[in-house]
Amino acid sequence: MPNTKLRRLVATSIAVTLGGTALAACGSSDDKSSSESGPASLTYWSWAPGMDKVADLWNKGPGKQQKITVTVKKQASGDTLVTKILTAHKAKKAPDLVQAEYQALPTLVSNDALADIADESKDAKSKFADGVWQQTTLGSDSVYAIPQDIGPMMFYYRQDLFKKYGLTVPTTWEQFAETARALKKKAPDKDLTTFSANDSGLFAGLAQQAGAKWWTASGDKWKVGIDDAATQKVADFWGGLVKEGAIDNQPMYTPSWNKALNTGKQIAWVSAVWAPGTLTTAAPDTKGKWAMAPLPQWDGSTDVTGSWGGSSTAVTTDSKHKAAAAKFATWLNTDPQAVAALAKEGGIYPAATTAQTSDAFSQPPAFFSNQADFYPKAAEIAKTTAPSAWGPNVNVAYTTFNDAFGAAAKDKSDFGAALKKMQDATVADLKKQGFGVAQ
Amino acid sequence: MTTARRKSYGVKGAPYAFLLPATILFALFFALPIGYALWLSLHKVQVKGLGLGSGARKEVWAGLENYKDALSDSELLSGAVRVVGYGAIVIPVMLGLALLFALMLDTDKVRLAPFTRLAIFLPYAIPGVVAALLWGFLYLPDVSPFYFVLDKLGMPQPNLLDGGPLYLALSNIAVWGGTGFNMIVIYTSLQAIPAEVYEAAKLDGATPLQIALKIKIPMVAPSLVLTFFFSIIATLQVFSEPTTLKPLTNSVSTTWSPLMKVYQDAFRKGDIYSAAAEAAIIAVVTLVLSFGFLRAANSRNKQEEAR
Repeated sequence: MPNTKLRRLVATSIAVTLGGTALAACGSSDDKSSSESGPASLTYWSWAPGMDKVADLWNKGPGKQQKITVTVKKQASGDTLVTKILTAHKAKKAPDLVQAEYQALPTLVSNDALADIADESKDAKSKFADGVWQQTTLGSDSVYAIPQDIGPMMFYYRQDLFKKYGLTVPTTWEQFAETARALKKKAPDKDLTTFSANDSGLFAGLAQQAGAKWWTASGDKWKVGIDDAATQKVADFWGGLVKEGAIDNQPMYTPSWNKALNTGKQIAWVSAVWAPGTLTTAAPDTKGKWAMAPLPQWDGSTDVTGSWGGSSTAVTTDSKHKAAAAKFATWLNTDPQAVAALAKEGGIYPAATTAQTSDAFSQPPAFFSNQADFYPKAAEIAKTTAPSAWGPNVNVAYTTFNDAFGAAAKDKSDFGAALKKMQDATVADLKKQGFGVAQ
Repeated sequence: MTTARRKSYGVKGAPYAFLLPATILFALFFALPIGYALWLSLHKVQVKGLGLGSGARKEVWAGLENYKDALSDSELLSGAVRVVGYGAIVIPVMLGLALLFALMLDTDKVRLAPFTRLAIFLPYAIPGVVAALLWGFLYLPDVSPFYFVLDKLGMPQPNLLDGGPLYLALSNIAVWGGTGFNMIVIYTSLQAIPAEVYEAAKLDGATPLQIALKIKIPMVAPSLVLTFFFSIIATLQVFSEPTTLKPLTNSVSTTWSPLMKVYQDAFRKGDIYSAAAEAAIIAVVTLVLSFGFLRAANSRNKQEEAR
């Protein structure tokens, strides 16, 4: 049978080809040069829109002189990217630079994914507020990232509707509750705002404003203070408002929520400096009708806010060019030209203090054209940001928040019990992983 | 074939050569990942002290600890209970409708059959996430045209995204998307029934209803078993519908279904070890339930044949 041999040959070659392709797919490797000096080609994972354009500025300017080229690879934001970085790091293939939210830094550091760039970033420290910088050091002498943007929290309200219903802008949380009740009396189908359980960052920021320290390290043990007195105060306050029906209990970022904001069914929003961008898409018909004010205070004599969102640029331990990567990270977040481009292309609010009052922020956002001093006011508020305290399992606390507070908001039940659940789940997870936990 | 047995090695080896590509692909993309997942499920991370800095985190042997934790996790169990409740609505309604539509399309007097068939099948072609989003918008009172109409008519407006109605809302998405596929499977096997069977029945004076109940349904029983089998698996693995509805309501937790819990542990809590153990448990339960059903159905068939 002359045919048999041919068939065998074909079968074998198909098998080899398929197998070979599969193996090649598994084993494709990056061609990183291993030397520290000389030209460097860096990869940067970021979700900020327009980051590639900012990197181009570097590649054509300072990067060209120093022979450091940066390629931006656009990523999904937040937790999704943390998982991806950790997975890549497991294979020792994390990119040189990553964008990371402040609360994710301890998780990344605890997985040994971020390099200490203290030596390369000595000059950068002075460009940032202490409370912001402290988040990148985790309270140690190391520096794990350069701050990029921040999200100081503020109170947004419909100027026209506040006038219509005869409401005044609350400066304390007590007044905030009174305002919510007053509105309910005048217009029972309207709500001042909603308590949403789908973004843990909001609640974390509110707790931070009240003085909560969720994670603190003492010796080689973590102390978890999620159900401390400050956070309990915040939880009881919002739980009370939901229970008495003074505010809504439906989640944010839904089509219903957009409509409520757009039609004036909800007339205020506790948010952060990036709110104009969200409002532009969620409530386009209300352009020019909103105004921004400082967050209400717990104590009439203080001036303090929390932060919601914000991120940093970090260098990974897998990078073969850590010094070069740190140089770029510093340039990106402190150089006036770079920060101006970040604000213009990415719409971010910079962490660098001088950048907050630069030309890029001389005009208010288009959606707030009625409030000429939007950015000067924002810069003032940013200075009052309370220090934050993140730990290595923020993700566990955050997901427990979603479920526990989601259920509590739905049932209008005790928020204190939900908070206890959050504390217990966080402590149990730390213990399970073997972290030292102080009681 | 014995007389013509070929002795050359080449011919003997040929079947193995043909099997090789499939075997390699199976090993690389199926057996290997499953093996790795099982390996992960037997490990865990052990952190020292604050867990900061290099070398503070080690992967250690955990034995069956992850399995023990998963089985004693009340959230996983309540997720399973929720999914059983959901399946108790989806499977009978979906298969009942699929059978009804298939029988109706198979009658002689049906008009516009190709169009109707396509119209019922079409939702299946819409990706699950898109379907869930679409329905999600329709369930939200503030943006749904249905609620607008109900409001204008002064009728009560049920909250579909809470409590018991939530199960109906979720089931509705699955029924809407899955009925067409199951209908086609049943309809195809109806078409395969020889015409003389019907002729004989008609000569004996059977009405169309009697033909449907006494001839058609028993003869398509194998495909009913098949669709039931697929539906059980799909139900146990429900993920995209509740995940898509989750942001719209406080009633769907991040661990609503067992697979959502796996996703949650692996990708939001970063604990791939527990997630691997949970996934293994779900796979075993799915296998036992679906093949258990197949076995039961087969043995019943055999009994009937023996009678």
